[in-house]
Amino acid sequence: MKNNKLLKEKNVTAELFSESDILEKKVSRKEFIKLGAIGTILATAGSRVFSLHATEEQHITSKAAVRWGMVIDPKKCKEGCTDCITSCHEAHNVPDHRDKKNEVKWIWKENQQTLFPEKVSPYKKNGNNLPYITLCNHCDSPSCVRVCPTQATWKRNEDGIVMMDYHRCIGCRFCMAACPYGSRSFNYKNPKSGLEKINSSYPTRTIGVVEKCNFCSERISDNKEPLCVVNCKEKAIVFGNLNDPESEIRQILEKYPSERRKVELGTGPAVFYLS
Amino acid sequence: MIEQGFKGSKTYKLWLLFLAGVILAAVATYRYQLSEGLTITGMSRDISWGFYVANFTFFVGVAASAVMLVIPYYLHHYEKFGPVIVLGEWLAVAAVIMSGLFIMADMGQPQRFLNILLHPTPGSMLFWDMLVLTGYLFLNLIIAWKTTGIIQSKAPVPQWLRNLTYLSIPWAVAIHTVTAFLYSGLPGRHLWLTAIMAPRFLASAFASGPALLILLLKIQEVTKNYKFDPKVYNTLGKIVLYGMIVNIFFYLMEFFTAFYSNIPSHKETLTYLFFGLEGHQKMVPWAWASALLGISGIMILGLSIARSMQKGLVVSALLIFFATYIDKGLILVIGGFIPSPMGTLTEYSITLPEFIIASGIWAIGLLIISVTFQMTLNLKKDNERS
Amino acid sequence: MITLYNKKLTFIFLSVFLLVFTMPFWKNMIKGSEIPAPVLQTTEKECVESREYMRSNHMKLLHEWRDDVVRKNNREYTNSQGITFNKSLTGTCLGCHQNKQQFCDSCHEAATVRLYCFDCHNDPQIAEKSSNEGFHEKQ
Repeated sequence: MKNNKLLKEKNVTAELFSESDILEKKVSRKEFIKLGAIGTILATAGSRVFSLHATEEQHITSKAAVRWGMVIDPKKCKEGCTDCITSCHEAHNVPDHRDKKNEVKWIWKENQQTLFPEKVSPYKKNGNNLPYITLCNHCDSPSCVRVCPTQATWKRNEDGIVMMDYHRCIGCRFCMAACPYGSRSFNYKNPKSGLEKINSSYPTRTIGVVEKCNFCSERISDNKEPLCVVNCKEKAIVFGNLNDPESEIRQILEKYPSERRKVELGTGPAVFYLS
Repeated sequence: MIEQGFKGSKTYKLWLLFLAGVILAAVATYRYQLSEGLTITGMSRDISWGFYVANFTFFVGVAASAVMLVIPYYLHHYEKFGPVIVLGEWLAVAAVIMSGLFIMADMGQPQRFLNILLHPTPGSMLFWDMLVLTGYLFLNLIIAWKTTGIIQSKAPVPQWLRNLTYLSIPWAVAIHTVTAFLYSGLPGRHLWLTAIMAPRFLASAFASGPALLILLLKIQEVTKNYKFDPKVYNTLGKIVLYGMIVNIFFYLMEFFTAFYSNIPSHKETLTYLFFGLEGHQKMVPWAWASALLGISGIMILGLSIARSMQKGLVVSALLIFFATYIDKGLILVIGGFIPSPMGTLTEYSITLPEFIIASGIWAIGLLIISVTFQMTLNLKKDNERS
Repeated sequence: MITLYNKKLTFIFLSVFLLVFTMPFWKNMIKGSEIPAPVLQTTEKECVESREYMRSNHMKLLHEWRDDVVRKNNREYTNSQGITFNKSLTGTCLGCHQNKQQFCDSCHEAATVRLYCFDCHNDPQIAEKSSNEGFHEKQ
């Protein structure tokens, strides 16, 4: 039932991209495009102004109709399970070179010590011992986007996903230096040499470009949720529209305490972890 | 005019041939890098910038240091710098070209580098860096070429040339400030997230550039090519001395803030670099080498200036050059990635292919320096003979 | 008036330069060049645009498509006849022109224009077809 509601919400938002209804009001196509254009300009300007002044305030700064986010419940994540990682990496042809130096990963597991060291007491050295799924946070004010000299990475206005254009990337790796979370990987080697099997319905990348999680933007265009969300048997990851107060993710975030990584840096991550 | 740069002793021509050989070896290794990828370097997912970017950073500083000759000569009419001013400008040209080549060598998709201009991004410091460095290159190229031509033609210095030279003063400061901005605006890298990054860069540039020039001038003397006024060495030495003192002072400021505040994120990288962290100690000998070279360099330099001891001056220039090279290159750039955002301590070491490619770029720089210096000095000698 | 400072060196370097500069011509004269004949091998009768248009403009079209798809999330292409297509190299183009070697490579190798599309995009004949099971097919 929960999923159906999300799908419905997705259908509404998908229609926003194509034609008519905004919420319950029927607007003509011309008016909608005008409103959309003005809204986009305001959202961009607005989010720029807000991000310049981002401090410890955890304001919701996106003004767009949709802002995709994730909430992860480490308590639900099963020890030893890698379904989310395998499904993502297999579908997206993420190579496995079997060595740390050339490692490419979009999603992986860390622990509380590495993600939230301030929460770990010196008297309980390993913290809560739970696995923490780690991926690109699709920040509100992404430092990687700020530094990219070619706009090969940019934040989509309509839904806040931080995208990658592998055609444009010059492989300077400035984004990797700028990302405070270590979410990005570089193709030091030809990715095909680390791929035993290629999923033919999705491209690979080429040598010399940076890659990262894309919140399954290709699935979102089809009103589907990201693979990690869908393939987690424990339903440890919930995905949804942070700007829709009625969404499941908002209900969860309003009900349970949660945290985000390195909020003091002003990036405004969209990935929440239940405490 | 440029053919004067290829006229010289047999040793000189052998030197040029040697440089050409190094360049060829580097070109072959670079082709290998293009086909295999940057995996042939020591870089990894955690340490995504290495020797190439370190060298880039250092040589932008050397390029900027030309301003330390331009200001005394053009603004304060310190005539003693007359014979060396154009050499300083050619050094700047060679240094900027080296910096650009290091960036190209570091790129994963170098043939796409024009994307920076095709899709301008004013929010990105790398965009501005490309613009100011290219502009500085052309600026200094025009200035140096015209000034060298004037040696030959003995024409008066035109006002437009003076104006361009005045322009190069703030521009030199700009190139190294923008390069510092590449580092000092990144929220996740606490070694770099300091307001005095740009001042530190400039101070160490003003120490390393003139130090390199001292060495290059001395080589001209030792190879019996040209002799410079000892006062030139002394003044250059003073610039190096003050630059290095300020540089070390800034460094000590970093130490104070890190260790007095006791904040782990501030302390961690400096601890790793100078004392090692959790058994990882690869950088420790380098960090202390840089410190000791720098401090001994200052002491010898101070003494040599006071007693006009040219030998000591040259030795200290060498010490200080390597001190700043190790500091700005290895320690600063690579240190910034350790610990990683996850707190892991991945270490880095240069690989042989990486070193060969870097050597090729140094050889290209030395080739430009050699030919332009030879050209300039040959024209000067022709002047002095007639 | 040109002053020849060094007749011998000038002549040598000039000859080498001319030799290298005219290489495309004499190399092809020796080797004998064939006009490439791409094999269409299509399943459809009509391409996205006309043959003449595609011959001169397919690279421009592909550039526009890739920016539209990746950067603007716009996958619909309406051609000059008003028919809409999905903007996809592997899906639409290679969906019809199924043999990359006989179609794309026959001209590109003759013209020595390296195709880098397939560094990333899949040649349907080479990449293993994904099975109907597998994670990405769920839901």
